[in-house]
Amino acid sequence: MFVDSKWHMKSLLILLSGLFLTLPAYAMDAPESVTIDALAKYYEPVEFDHEMHVDVSEDCSSCHHHTTGTGTADQYCSKCHSEYKELVKVACQDCHPTQPFSAEVVNLQSQQDIFHADMNGLVGAYHQNCMGCHQEVGGPTGCEDCHARTEAGDEFYHAGKYAPTTAEHATAGH
Amino acid sequence: MSKVSRRKFLAGSLAGGAAVMLSPAKNAMAAGSFAGFPEGMGVLVDMTRCVGCRSCEAACNKEQKLPAPDQPFDDYSVFDQTFHHGTQKRRPTEKAYTVVNRYEPEGSDKPVYRKIQCNHCNEPACLTSCFVNAYTKTNEGAVVYDGSVCVGCRNCMIACPFHIPGYSYSKVIDPVVKKCIFCYDTRVKYGKPPACVEICPAQVLTFGKRKDLLKIARARIKKNPGKYQAEIYGEKTVGGTGWLYLSGEPFEQLGFDTTLQKEPIINNVKGFLGTVPMVLAIWPALFTGFHLLATKNKGHDDHHDSDAEEGEE
Ligand code: SF4
Ligand code: SF4
Repeated sequence: MFVDSKWHMKSLLILLSGLFLTLPAYAMDAPESVTIDALAKYYEPVEFDHEMHVDVSEDCSSCHHHTTGTGTADQYCSKCHSEYKELVKVACQDCHPTQPFSAEVVNLQSQQDIFHADMNGLVGAYHQNCMGCHQEVGGPTGCEDCHARTEAGDEFYHAGKYAPTTAEHATAGH
Repeated sequence: MSKVSRRKFLAGSLAGGAAVMLSPAKNAMAAGSFAGFPEGMGVLVDMTRCVGCRSCEAACNKEQKLPAPDQPFDDYSVFDQTFHHGTQKRRPTEKAYTVVNRYEPEGSDKPVYRKIQCNHCNEPACLTSCFVNAYTKTNEGAVVYDGSVCVGCRNCMIACPFHIPGYSYSKVIDPVVKKCIFCYDTRVKYGKPPACVEICPAQVLTFGKRKDLLKIARARIKKNPGKYQAEIYGEKTVGGTGWLYLSGEPFEQLGFDTTLQKEPIINNVKGFLGTVPMVLAIWPALFTGFHLLATKNKGHDDHHDSDAEEGEE
C-alpha cells in the first residue's frame, strides 16, 4: 500500500500510535489508500481512496495547502507561501494536532502568530476540507456514508438496538 | 420563622416581578468583580461549520450521565419539533443540557444549525438572582451550582436572558436546577475541553481563553468578511458571555435575541439596592401574609401541621 520511502517508517510509527494519514513528499509517490482511524471509538476506520482523490482534485495543494503540489491558491496564505516549495511536513497530522485542545495547544492560541493561532485539529481539518468539497461536488456527506458505526457508537447515539423504546418516546416534549 | 419554607418561597414568587427584581440584592456587590477573570475559558461556536450531526448532544448526555433521550441522537426529525404553537424550537432541559436546532434563513441555500447551552456569562443573571448563593462563577469561567442548597424557587430560570436553566422534578418535593456546567467537575477544572467540544467532528467549537477566542473570531471575520457577519454574539451581550458565536447569517434569523442589553443584567437592579435592607426585613412578613391568604379557607390546625413539616426541611 505504501511505496518504499522514508515516509514508510514514519507511517508505521504513526499507525502504531493509532492515528495516521500520511503522504509521501511527491504526488507520484502518493499512497493508493490511507487508513483513517481518528474516530475509531464509535466508528470503524475509513479506507480513504487517496488515488481516486488525486485523480479528481486539481492539485495536491487543494488539500495539502502549501506543503506539496504547486503551492497555495488561498490569497491569505499565499502572502507568505506563494512560492512553490516542497516542505518536509506533508502529512495532515504533522501540523494538525490530534488533541487540538490539550493544555499545550490551547496555550499556543495566545502565543502563535495570528495566522497559525487558529489551527484546526486533525478531525476538524478532515471534516471541514472533505465536507466542503463533498457538498460542492455531490460527494457523500452523511456521517454513515463514510463511517460505519461500531456497537459502541450505537450505544453512544442511543441508536440501533440501544434506541429508546416507544414508551419512553411518549414523554417527548417540553 | 427563622427558616422560610420552600412553599413560602414559591408563594413569594407568585408575587411575580417583585421577587425576581429584588432577590439579586444579596449577591449584587460580589457580582461587580466578575467582569473579567482574565484567564477565563470559553468556547467559540462557528455556526458556518456545523453540520447538525448532534454528536455534541450525545456527548453531553454521556458525560453528564443524563437520562436516556426520547429519541436517538442520530434522529434528525427532532429539528422539526416546535413548541408553543410553532413559536419556539427545542430548548435545553433538565434531561438535555445542550440542543442543536436547525434554521432556514431567507436567501441561504443551506440550513444553519445552532447549538445552544448555558453561555457562561461573565456576570451571570442566574447567579445574581439566586438568594441562597447556589451559583458560582469559577476562575476558569464556568458557571456552576450547588444543587444541595437550591430551594427550587426558579428565580434563575426567569432571570437568565437565554432561557437556560431547567428543573428536575424527579423528586417532587425537591426540585433542583439543572444546566450545562461547562463539564467543570470532570474536565474544565483539569484543563480539558468539554465533552461536546472534544466530539465535534467539524471543529465548530473552539475551546480556549475567552480573550484569545475573541482574537481568533475577529481574525476569521477579517480573513473572510463575505462569509461572516461582522458581529461576535456574546462579545458584549449582557456584559459578555464565555461562549461566543460566529454566524454567516444575521443572528436574528437564527433565533438569537439581538435586543438584549450590552450591560450585565445586574445593572438593572442596582437602583433597587438601597431598598434592600427594608425588603429583607419585610419579606418574612409578606410571605406569611401570602401563606395565610393561600390557606385562608383551610382549617387552622391543618395549616399548623403543614407548617411544622416544612420547617423540618
Ligand atoms: S446563560 Fe443563563 S444560566 Fe448560563 S450563566 Fe448566563 S444567566 Fe446563567
Ligand atoms: S457535534 Fe459539532 S457539527 Fe455536530 S451538531 Fe454539534 S456543533 Fe454541529
